[in-house]
Amino acid sequence: MATTTVTPAVPGRRRRASLARREARWAYLFLAPWIVGFLAFTAGPMIASLWLSFTEYDVINSPRFTGLDNYRQLMSDPQVARSLGNTVYYTALHVPLVMAISLGLALLLKRVGRLSGFFRTVFYLPVMTPAVAVGILFLLLLNTQDGLINRGLALVGIDGPSWTTDPDWVMPGIVLMSLWSLGSTVIIYLAALQGVPRDLYEAAQLDGAGAWARFRHVTLPMISGALFFTLIVNTIASLQMFTEVYTMYFGNRQTAGSFSSDAASFYVIHLFREAFQFLHMGFASAMAWLLFLIILVITLVQVKLGNRFVYYEGEDR
Amino acid sequence: MSRKLRATALAGVLTLAISGCGGVGGGGDSGGGGAEGSGALSTMGFSLSDEIATTRVDAFKRDHGDVRLTITEGAFDEQQFLSAVASGNPPDLVYMDRKLIGTYAERGSIQPLTDCVEKQRVDMAEYRQSAREQVTLDGTVYGIPEFSQVRVLYLNEALLKRAGLGADDVNLADWAGLPALNARLAAVSGGRLSRIGIDPKIPEFLPMWAKANGADMISADGTRANLTDPKVVEALTTGVGLIQAQGGWGKFKSFRDTFDFFGAQNPLAKNQIAAWPMEEWFLNQAAKNSPDAELVVKPFVDRQGKPLSLSSGQAWVVTKGAKNPEAACAFVKQMTATDTWLAAARARAEARKAANLPFTGLWTGNTTADKKIFDEVYKPTGNKRFDDAVQTIRQAQDAAFAMPASPAGAEFDKAWTDAVNRVLSGQEQPAQALDRAQREATAALDKAAD
Repeated sequence: MATTTVTPAVPGRRRRASLARREARWAYLFLAPWIVGFLAFTAGPMIASLWLSFTEYDVINSPRFTGLDNYRQLMSDPQVARSLGNTVYYTALHVPLVMAISLGLALLLKRVGRLSGFFRTVFYLPVMTPAVAVGILFLLLLNTQDGLINRGLALVGIDGPSWTTDPDWVMPGIVLMSLWSLGSTVIIYLAALQGVPRDLYEAAQLDGAGAWARFRHVTLPMISGALFFTLIVNTIASLQMFTEVYTMYFGNRQTAGSFSSDAASFYVIHLFREAFQFLHMGFASAMAWLLFLIILVITLVQVKLGNRFVYYEGEDR
Repeated sequence: MSRKLRATALAGVLTLAISGCGGVGGGGDSGGGGAEGSGALSTMGFSLSDEIATTRVDAFKRDHGDVRLTITEGAFDEQQFLSAVASGNPPDLVYMDRKLIGTYAERGSIQPLTDCVEKQRVDMAEYRQSAREQVTLDGTVYGIPEFSQVRVLYLNEALLKRAGLGADDVNLADWAGLPALNARLAAVSGGRLSRIGIDPKIPEFLPMWAKANGADMISADGTRANLTDPKVVEALTTGVGLIQAQGGWGKFKSFRDTFDFFGAQNPLAKNQIAAWPMEEWFLNQAAKNSPDAELVVKPFVDRQGKPLSLSSGQAWVVTKGAKNPEAACAFVKQMTATDTWLAAARARAEARKAANLPFTGLWTGNTTADKKIFDEVYKPTGNKRFDDAVQTIRQAQDAAFAMPASPAGAEFDKAWTDAVNRVLSGQEQPAQALDRAQREATAALDKAAD
């Protein structure tokens, strides 16, 4: 009896195992281009830059091992501390503002109805604007005397600040600029909002929930996944802010003149200048790894905390 | 570590922190040179943007038909250059700002041109001293200079007249009198600046103001910073004072940022500025866009009234690892030779004539070429203001100095420009800012010397 039941099962398992192996081989084959690309263009360079972070390397001559010198210098360099402080300050302002404004816009777009396609396009268009153009555009908009922003403020009796030259106002000016390109976040929120089942709102309404209660207890939990995703993505992007600010303050002399400001010195800009202008590639590699670790830790903390608040459809709560 | 690994590492730094930016090498083709008249030859940082460039390149192609010349057009890009060097695939020739040469020479990424100068019989004495100093490090020539941009003082005589002044009343030697002169020329009302009186053009021109006060900001060999010299501090204080008196840096810069120096609505035409030192190229723009403007050009002067100017320009360098250094040397020789410059100047003069525009000269960095161009090609326009201006610029060329080549030139520049910016932003006082800059510059220069 036992023989008759077990014997036919063995070829079946073998067949399934063989099929699984074949499928795995095909899967690896299809994945191979990505794996090769990842190893060659991401993992390999990362490992090499880790090695370089322990060396003195000017790109031109061979690297010289210096142990932890670059990391010690990182800890004691006031310009690194300043640029990191600026970057964190920017992130702390930019991310909540982008999320709040994007959510507000997405809620409005959801109500627009027939014209929503048009407005979706309008809000997304700035994302398509090249970052360099955005930098130059905002140099003009933020002009103290003749910029549109200060002219607008003047209409309501406010003497606008020196957005690009006053160290206290440089960062708010940059944050203002960054809000120009929030179209991607708006689209993500809009998609999430459209996915919230209508019957939940109807049920809440029947239970006497007002607009705020429906938003607080239905909308927010239901789109918490999208909020969490944009929190992580925008935080990472903010910590890597480069192009627009480099264009405004450190790039083309025709646009930025030779004026730059410590207040606009972002971490990645400082890294780039150390690597390619001052030829301290070893030190820049150490800076890159420090940033990588900072982003990793922040993301892990966000994931850890976020999982307590995020609702994933289908999960048990 | 192999070159390939180094190149990979270079990409890694960017992968970690910035999204990708491209790099261009000199092409995979081996030079195959050996003789100056054959093989492949590649350049970086140079563009065929006008007749000055195309005429000279055409001359080289005509005389060196066997050389396969590849010009990767575009301005010099440090990242592109370093990526090419790290990957072991540098172009043969690079065209760069002369102020960068010290840094790259110190690190061995460009070749000494001692043999090239000797073999091609390049007469370095023909080049302006200021240009020679910028391409020479520790007595070794690393580049062949091109162009000499100098700074002169532009005056809008119409505005001077309105203030009851003439061009002779603007005396840059009298620093004590500058604030009063500035106050008469500037227009500030209700906290709004509508006309700049005197623009000191700092940070850019601080070295010229310091030199006018008798101080060099860096030693002649480019190894020691001299930023705490009281004369440098006084120069910065004077320049910042002129700006603060015109509503402060925020308003001053924002007003200046609206200027369009390249169009018909330039600040000279719009009476937005009365007196300002600037590069000589603006004369061409003024001649083209505002031929009727009441423009007067005077030399910038030191405190004794002696003409003085800050010179800058480009240079050709041959990279370490160049596959065809012989052809590179021949190219550089021909591009900067007197006859080639003369042909280019003729082409420029004809192009200007065809466009019904005046030819206001060409400043090559080569004194023999400059003289021939002015003797044989240049014709006075008949507009006395512009003709006088051309003569002033010729004098300024002879009175020019340059910031010397330095092994840590980029970091030195950053140290002092950051200092000026901190003062302009109101974060620090001049002495305090320059003291910090001196420490930063000294640290960088000492490290480069190790």
